[in-house]
Amino acid sequence: MNPQKRIWKYGDNINTDVIFPGKYTYTMHDPTEMASHALEDLDPTFASNVQTGDIIVAGKNFGNGSSREQAVTCLTAAGVGAVIAISFARIWYRNAINNGLPAIICPRAVAEAEHGGHIMVDMQHHTIALDAHNFPFAPFSETARDILEVGGVIEFVKQKVQNQIDS
Amino acid sequence: MILAQTFAQKALARASGVTEVSVGTTVDARPDRILSHDNTAAIAKIFSQFGLEHVYESEKLAITLDHAAPPPTPLHARNHAEVRKFVSDQGINNFFEVGRGICHQVLSEEALILPGQLILGADSHTTHFGWMGAFGAGVGRSEAATLWATGELWLRVPESIQVTLSGALPLGVSSKDLCLHLIGQLGADYGLYSSVEFDGSGVSTLSIESRMVIPNFMAEIGAKNAYLPPDDLVFEWLSVHSNRNDKQSSIRENAIYPDQGAVYSQAVEVDLDTLEPQVACPHSVDNVKSVQAVAGQKVNQVFLGTCTNGRLEDIAVATRLLHGRKIANGTRMLIVPASSQVLQAAIEQGYITTLLEAGATLGTPGCGPCMGNHMGVLAPGDVCLSTGNRNFRGRMGQPEAEIFLASPEVAAATAVAGMITDPREFEAL
Ligand code: SF4
Repeated sequence: MNPQKRIWKYGDNINTDVIFPGKYTYTMHDPTEMASHALEDLDPTFASNVQTGDIIVAGKNFGNGSSREQAVTCLTAAGVGAVIAISFARIWYRNAINNGLPAIICPRAVAEAEHGGHIMVDMQHHTIALDAHNFPFAPFSETARDILEVGGVIEFVKQKVQNQIDS
Repeated sequence: MILAQTFAQKALARASGVTEVSVGTTVDARPDRILSHDNTAAIAKIFSQFGLEHVYESEKLAITLDHAAPPPTPLHARNHAEVRKFVSDQGINNFFEVGRGICHQVLSEEALILPGQLILGADSHTTHFGWMGAFGAGVGRSEAATLWATGELWLRVPESIQVTLSGALPLGVSSKDLCLHLIGQLGADYGLYSSVEFDGSGVSTLSIESRMVIPNFMAEIGAKNAYLPPDDLVFEWLSVHSNRNDKQSSIRENAIYPDQGAVYSQAVEVDLDTLEPQVACPHSVDNVKSVQAVAGQKVNQVFLGTCTNGRLEDIAVATRLLHGRKIANGTRMLIVPASSQVLQAAIEQGYITTLLEAGATLGTPGCGPCMGNHMGVLAPGDVCLSTGNRNFRGRMGQPEAEIFLASPEVAAATAVAGMITDPREFEAL
């Protein structure tokens, strides 16, 4: 498998309403259907062309707005492998980690990345490779790392609850 | 020696059962209240994966049906039915039916959260509860399920931004204009991860209802929570509203104030006297202009409501401006009170009669069309002036519609003129 992934690049303040419109939030549950509406009001070409492992690169404050978790899960269902941004809105960031989606803060990589270009993310060594350049990013906090390692908060809590029952 | 602490440090130390916490560390906090709404059914599905029969502390949960209430489609109705089933299976007392109102307003009215407490809500505007000096933060659905299962959640102790208010608001200018001014000046990411803590002599000049606008809106600058220092007005309001007979003195004792000398990452000063009516233009909340700069912009829908500005004070000012006038041809005005108490008071005061005579229409207390579910969603090409807090593309149902955000004063003046209008032109103010 080619570790090079395709870049979808967007600007600042990509909000949850354009990632996953509010009108669908209480009625749409099927992941495939959710994926087909991902980024619908921002980039109508995204949902039909995104491929597994593709990476979204964006500017400041990605995911601002609503707490709706579908603004993360519609992307994971669409196959997005990671989101790299200058900064993230806090609830979106937590939702991403909680759903096992790496949300990586790396302004230098954002500056270099081009829409449609290729990128490699090395989670082990906290680096992003773009063309000939390597950009380091800060490791995740201990809790975030633990959650990402088991694939999300549900598994994380399941294990915690199990431990409490066992002990 | 304990160093001087911010509000956020003190509140999170209390909620995690320690004497002191440092900024940037992660704590396991135990909230006093956990809020959810129409999303309760989705949270319950996640919760069911944990294999637990009961939520950890059912008395801590508070649940409202407000986001698509009454349900506009059979699918929405099914969602509500699932919420009701969960509520009855888990024996949850603090459940508020369709029509009671918007979660943040209802929990405030019911005094289900008090100064110095921690509330985590599966709603991004849970920052709201800072109006009374509580720590309110939004969480996702998985985290709400986690809280139901374990009663605790990891939270990072945020940096704090100090916003000092002096002076008093001029006529025709409201706390919404203060919020729009701040976000316009500072940008939608200024407060990312931060606790936005207000102080200064300007705070006590504000009514309770206009205080509620401020922390609610601070979600839009990315804040984790926001805080206004509670005063006697707040303690009295809460003790009157509490049906548990919380004594004013005990409410007061639990209030938290930042220490003199606490360390802030940024400091902002605003002289309320200098503010003017503001408008956030499509399609971002920080695209803010003065009302004069956008005056004349045609509007075909005015929406007065939401957890930001759907309270009695907001309906009262709209009534004053619309009294004896008619809403402009080609413009419609929707009024959705934030709660049943607001609606009842507005009826008793005669406001609703005046507004209906002017040609406005009324929706069931709740979120209304704020997030595009129902009761006034927009058509392509529609231009709406809303008193809400978000104007993102597609927010009210249609990506080809435009949403402007402003105060209730601007909303009412705009309804009369059919175009964005400076309310200070009206003597009735
Ligand atoms: S009124 Fe709007 S912003 Fe407030 S809780 Fe409802 S949907 Fe959210």
